[in-house]
Amino acid sequence: MTDVSAGELMVAQAAREIRDGETVFVGMRLPLIAFVLAKKTHAPSAIGLFELGIIRDEPAGELLYTMGDNPNVENALWCGPMLAVMGMLQRGEVQAGFIGGAEIDRHGNLNTTAIGADRMHPTVALPGSGGGADIASLAHRLIVIMPHDKRRLREKVDFITSPGYGTGGDWRRRVGLVHGGPSVLITTLGVFRFEDGDAVLASYHPGSSVDDVRANTGWQLRVASDVRETELPSAEVLRIIRGYDPQGFWTRRGE
Amino acid sequence: MSIAIGCALEPAIPFAFAHELIRQRKRDLTLIGPISDILFDQLIGAGCVARVEAAWVGNVSAGLGHCYRRALEQGEPRRIEVRDHSNFSIGQALLAGAIGAQYIATKTLLGSDIARTNPTFKESTSPFDGSKELLVPAITPDLAVLACQVADRDGSAELQGPWGVSYEAALAAKSAIVLAEIVPAEIVVRTPNRAIVPATKVVAVVHEPGACHPSSLSRMYQRDHEFFHEYHRATRTALGFDRWIAEWVTGVPDRAAYLRKLGPRWDALDARVKFAPTTEPN
Repeated sequence: MTDVSAGELMVAQAAREIRDGETVFVGMRLPLIAFVLAKKTHAPSAIGLFELGIIRDEPAGELLYTMGDNPNVENALWCGPMLAVMGMLQRGEVQAGFIGGAEIDRHGNLNTTAIGADRMHPTVALPGSGGGADIASLAHRLIVIMPHDKRRLREKVDFITSPGYGTGGDWRRRVGLVHGGPSVLITTLGVFRFEDGDAVLASYHPGSSVDDVRANTGWQLRVASDVRETELPSAEVLRIIRGYDPQGFWTRRGE
Repeated sequence: MSIAIGCALEPAIPFAFAHELIRQRKRDLTLIGPISDILFDQLIGAGCVARVEAAWVGNVSAGLGHCYRRALEQGEPRRIEVRDHSNFSIGQALLAGAIGAQYIATKTLLGSDIARTNPTFKESTSPFDGSKELLVPAITPDLAVLACQVADRDGSAELQGPWGVSYEAALAAKSAIVLAEIVPAEIVVRTPNRAIVPATKVVAVVHEPGACHPSSLSRMYQRDHEFFHEYHRATRTALGFDRWIAEWVTGVPDRAAYLRKLGPRWDALDARVKFAPTTEPN
């Protein structure tokens, strides 16, 4: 099993975060494959929302590059206006959403807007929120997936595009967010859970270690008392992942 | 002039219209849209843009938009103003514009720095229960530009596939221009409930096959994914961007010439064969 890629481990872990019967805001790439995997294993009745207005009870039969690709529209349960699916988010009808980002801090706040102190004169202008900030604001749970890198997992992000737990504690409630916040951060090295709005390392992937994660994390690492190795995907799970992404286009990109 | 364009998100982006804006050297435009993929990047790089009101500016296939980066990081070819949105907030701003509301109150973006840095937003409390909310003011573009499969000469336009915020944008705008793949000489059956914008709002219908390449158009053609990557690689430098524009925009007189330049690559994207109906009800 040593040939399991970080992408495959992340997809397997992300799929475990989806519960049967849930309505989930699905992203592209790894989250999409996680949704496919969850549907085919433990969560056959999960519903996927795509922010441009698509609702699917069955994932598209072929690999997508964007959520607007024709295969994602064909045989969708519904294809309507974006505000309809965003409205479901605000109505509290979406249990979980996937998101990634350029930077995340220890409270799960994500930056996809700009690197540098001044948003209007940035060092690097990133593309922006898209629907990410809406998912982070309004979904009951946020599942964050990103490459593990000291420059990406920072003590403080330059710009909070998608709110996590702000400064921790009851920050979300104070700013007016009625529920939500990241439930998990899945990286190329490990899995974090959040306690009182603080990221805590729950597991490290095979081949990594607590020390490895610490060396590559930009905040002072908190480690769960029962930290362990991330569960390897079963042969059946790997078969499903590789069946959907046979070339390893998304799951073996080496990021 | 403010233009809402690319409002269906990833598909049905009217690139043909944007390229004509570049050829006509339009300046000082305000661009409005949630995610208009590399269309916004191209207009910014060509110096057509003064302000962007958007949720996302980049390259959906490849990530960052090099022209957007140069404009913000270096002021090249000019400084632009950015009003950050999320997809939901810009949808609500256009909906407010569409229904003549001054603003819409929302729970999204509370705690996001977007709420703080977009100067048009106001944080408030609900008069009903005292909870915090964000007031998103209406956006009323001068013009909405939509691409669709079929439109009649009166401007009744049918967009199949995802609408994104196209409907709200068209209603919020003062007027609309429709680019259509097919403009039938005669109307066989009119299905008014399928039209994305009232014909009374449409000031021009443009018969422009292939208007959305490299984005997809449902049941007509697939996304040219590799084209987005090629654009990304070619435009890493300002000089590279200028060369790209000279080749694909100013170097061709119109869309028909652009499609001829694509050659067999364009034919390979055709989705009509796959979707050709055996019997067409209307």
